[in-house]
Amino acid sequence: MKKPNIKSIPYEEFKDNETLEALIKEINSERTNVVVGALDDLINWGRSNSMWSLTFATSCCGIEFMSLGAARYDFARFGFEVTRNSPRQADLIMVAGTITHKMAPVLKRLYDQMADPKYVVAVGGCAISGGPFKSSYHVLNGVDKIIPVDVYIPGCPPRPEAILYGMMQLQRKVKIEKFFGGKNHRAKKGEMNNDPIIVTNAPIIDNEKLSKE
Amino acid sequence: MYNFEIITSAIDHFLHSVMPAQLAVITECVLIAVCTLVAYVAFAIVMIFMERKVCAAFQCRLGPTRVGFWGLLQVFADVFKMLIKEIISINNSDSLLYRLAPYLVVLSSILTFSCLPFDKGLQVLDFNVGVFFLMAASSFGVLGILLAGWSSNNKFSMIGAMRSGAQMISYELSIGLCMLTMVVLSGTMQISEIVEQQVDGWFIFKGHLPAVVAFIIYLIAGNAETNRAPFDLPEAESELTAGYHTEYSGMHFGFFYVAEFMNLFIVAGIASTLFLGGWTPLYIKGFDSFNAIMDYIPGIVWFLGKTFFLIWVLMWFRWTFPRLRVDHVPTLEWKYMVPIGLVNLLIMTICVVMNWIF
Amino acid sequence: MNPIFIDIKEFPQRMQEYKDLKGMDFLRELIGMDWGEEGLGVIYILENSDTHENLEIAIKTTDREHPTLPTVCHLWSVAELYEREVYDFFGIHFTDHPDMRRLFLRNDWVGYPLRKDYDESEAINPVRMESEITEDVQREYEIKEEAELKKINAQTNRISGDQYVINIGPQHPATHGVLRFRLALEGEEIRKIDIHCGYIHRGIEKMSEKLTYPQILGLTDRLDYLSAHQNRHALCMCIEKAMGIEVTDRTQYIRTIMDELQRIDSHLLFLSCAAMDLGAITAFIYGFRDREKILDIFEEVTGGRLIQNYNTIGGVQADITPGFAKKVKEYCEYQKSKIKEYNDVFTNNIITQLRMKGVGRITLDDAISYGCTGGTGRASGWACDVRKRHPYAIYDKVEFKEIIYKRGDCYDRFKVRIDEIKESIHIIEQIIDNIPEGDYKVKTKPIIRIPEGQYTAAVEGSRGEFGVFIESHGEKSPYRIKFRPMGLPLIAAMHKILKGTKIADLIAIGATLDYVIPDIDR
Repeated sequence: MKKPNIKSIPYEEFKDNETLEALIKEINSERTNVVVGALDDLINWGRSNSMWSLTFATSCCGIEFMSLGAARYDFARFGFEVTRNSPRQADLIMVAGTITHKMAPVLKRLYDQMADPKYVVAVGGCAISGGPFKSSYHVLNGVDKIIPVDVYIPGCPPRPEAILYGMMQLQRKVKIEKFFGGKNHRAKKGEMNNDPIIVTNAPIIDNEKLSKE
Repeated sequence: MYNFEIITSAIDHFLHSVMPAQLAVITECVLIAVCTLVAYVAFAIVMIFMERKVCAAFQCRLGPTRVGFWGLLQVFADVFKMLIKEIISINNSDSLLYRLAPYLVVLSSILTFSCLPFDKGLQVLDFNVGVFFLMAASSFGVLGILLAGWSSNNKFSMIGAMRSGAQMISYELSIGLCMLTMVVLSGTMQISEIVEQQVDGWFIFKGHLPAVVAFIIYLIAGNAETNRAPFDLPEAESELTAGYHTEYSGMHFGFFYVAEFMNLFIVAGIASTLFLGGWTPLYIKGFDSFNAIMDYIPGIVWFLGKTFFLIWVLMWFRWTFPRLRVDHVPTLEWKYMVPIGLVNLLIMTICVVMNWIF
Repeated sequence: MNPIFIDIKEFPQRMQEYKDLKGMDFLRELIGMDWGEEGLGVIYILENSDTHENLEIAIKTTDREHPTLPTVCHLWSVAELYEREVYDFFGIHFTDHPDMRRLFLRNDWVGYPLRKDYDESEAINPVRMESEITEDVQREYEIKEEAELKKINAQTNRISGDQYVINIGPQHPATHGVLRFRLALEGEEIRKIDIHCGYIHRGIEKMSEKLTYPQILGLTDRLDYLSAHQNRHALCMCIEKAMGIEVTDRTQYIRTIMDELQRIDSHLLFLSCAAMDLGAITAFIYGFRDREKILDIFEEVTGGRLIQNYNTIGGVQADITPGFAKKVKEYCEYQKSKIKEYNDVFTNNIITQLRMKGVGRITLDDAISYGCTGGTGRASGWACDVRKRHPYAIYDKVEFKEIIYKRGDCYDRFKVRIDEIKESIHIIEQIIDNIPEGDYKVKTKPIIRIPEGQYTAAVEGSRGEFGVFIESHGEKSPYRIKFRPMGLPLIAAMHKILKGTKIADLIAIGATLDYVIPDIDR
């Protein structure tokens, strides 16, 4: 089995290798062509080393995300350099912070606006499960209820080192993907036919409702 | 002094000797196109890498270090990723114009790129109104940007495109005036001729005061032409998310991205051609041995050296200055730079007429 | 605290008198209350901005079906948003309020969450995944003679459909979080503005009613994470005051030093973000570089970087480390030398000055009327520093200057913060060498109960006055707890100062007002 390699960090030092190995097994269950395999490696190398994240932050974790980009932690070293403000150009959305009921449709829409391949990293307790605000009436308990999450980074907020580690885990996950063959891109039933979101800025006057009142 | 005409004419003779004349011309065209494109992409990659490292150095960071030795392969990774990223088509957009826009932008910058004289004889397009052609070719890039903003059915893009239209068209005037100043000094519009004239002294020294003023104005206006900070209003990140290319993804966005960097290269290249002598070495009168040593350095190294120095200066601007506000941009152009440029042109003309040039 | 109850009929006139005759021109807090059987009500805390005299007033109605109270937003402009918040949480209509909408929750939210009889079940308010429809309709109400409510008309009076409307936010790099501006533009100029909050409303106040006091402490840090220390300080002070706990001198000194370090940290981040919003990315990195040095000190003493959880009831969690004083002094020296660098790189740049001078002016009267405390108020010439007005900890023992500028534009707001960094360093240097010996924490009972009553405390947070109001019924958890948001008054003022400015000015104004969204939304 081919193991994803991260520069200067041994494979064994990463946690949760079992999940990754199970994934590799599942993805490689079909045989692949040598040429296609080599092409896959090239593509994965490109994708995993050039993760441009969307500038998306709702609360405290966003500040740690900013320090990650600043002088001391400098995630540009890994090729995550460019944070894009337009979701169309981003490869990765870091859900840094609490997602509330009001924000949930916005986050879903941002995710839908991103171009494939796209990855989601849930940063901090709030994004993973609601964190300290789990019992609140207005907080979504985990972003994985609305969008698929690739990597969870626990912490409240996680240290920048933890976020870097999470990003490396994501790189490992990307490195075992297969672009050709389609095993890992097969959409599940019902995934493709979501109801469209209707958005309007036009004033809506519900005359019927008003006249009743 | 190296002369690339020897090599190019050798290839020309060889092709003519093995195939009929028409086929030879077509083959040459294809060869040149391939060379230009390869050079274009190669310079873009170098520039993107340079920008990352320069910006990191200014900001007390390291920049890319982990992909390849010293991060050298970083840009290749970006390119591979961009090539296979999904290109999203937008509902209710004008799909023909939407798809055409990035190609227009890239086309304009490739055309301009091919006018640059890299060395003696190493130039694709060289004819007697070269400067004029260069101006014309570079100015239809704005069309692509306007179309991108207009067709993508996004209000941010629209504002970005309008800003860029207003900005690029007005700053073209200053660029034109500066080029005109240098044309007055050289008396020709042929680019190779302009460079030849600088063998005995770069125009920035020959033209002294008016040339220096024109050089400074050119750098400012050129920076505005490339839409880079402090003139990055069309894509002002903190105001318009990504400006005119908000809706573009994948390689379409990649074209805008590459074109922006290559426009920077072109601006710096033209500045080094017009003001700093292009591929001509630095001579100091009276120091013959020094001049002889300078002769050993190939012209292409001189050209690229000057160009990258100017690029570095422009990057320095980019990472230092805050962004201008939208009403400051026309103020700077119409109230300061155009009048100064006009007066400067007059002074230059007087200098040339009175022969007050070195 | 004992608020004076006023009858509804007299209320408008009495409030007018308080403002005109007693000079109560600063509305510190407006707190919605649900007293169960006794009805719904509002508590107002007023202050005279010259004498710093406080006055607490309360008003209530027993009608739980259609509670209506008279508005005060013509007297204090900030009440416009405060009253919308009360409407959102308690369902109290304010008559004559120009814009009675929900402030934080969605339009289609069912029920009023801070009422005691609110049903929190998921079935009533599930996570709605369809986008919210923006209501541009204003409803007007009229009280008939028998105090009966009647809707008289409905009309479109906000942003109409044929204007060029753009949405800045909720996901936008310049909003510092998830705030949403709907702007009606004419070219680049802003004609109308409609601000939507609540994208990070976590219902901290409601949650707190079920938590014990030490548990609530954990949530305060996450309100405004850039004044985590000060927020927690305020709540600890309020609880200590209520329980009659005297903290030791050592605690006071440690708390003061930490508060000031936190203020420097926050101002550095302000400076960085302001620079980034204006497009100067290098200055952004410089601020962050120096901020890391403070975070190192925090980490060593408290174990946390951004959120430290350091203050507790009766003291602080752990004693300061042995090398603390030396490190802080080294840092102060370092920081002083760096301020010149920020000025060279950013402040003195001609483009920065053009972008900030004369932009987004807040007059002194507006600042007081909108209750813009903190650096924003001081830039407009209002001496509103809680450290001077109502000294706490050891601020009455140290010597420091309250930084006050006059013009109230973006540039002054920026300069106030830069000068405050220097002033904070000055405070720290005075006390760092003479931290008294003693306990860092006094012993408290294992279960903390506050005697019945209403208590308030306020500290100077990094961006304004942060207040805590607790009503206790003698239980383990508060009956009602309210945090005064530092940012909400600033947002309220934006309505006024944004009109006629450009999109780029919105960014500059937003950056220099220095709000933190989780603090506004709570």
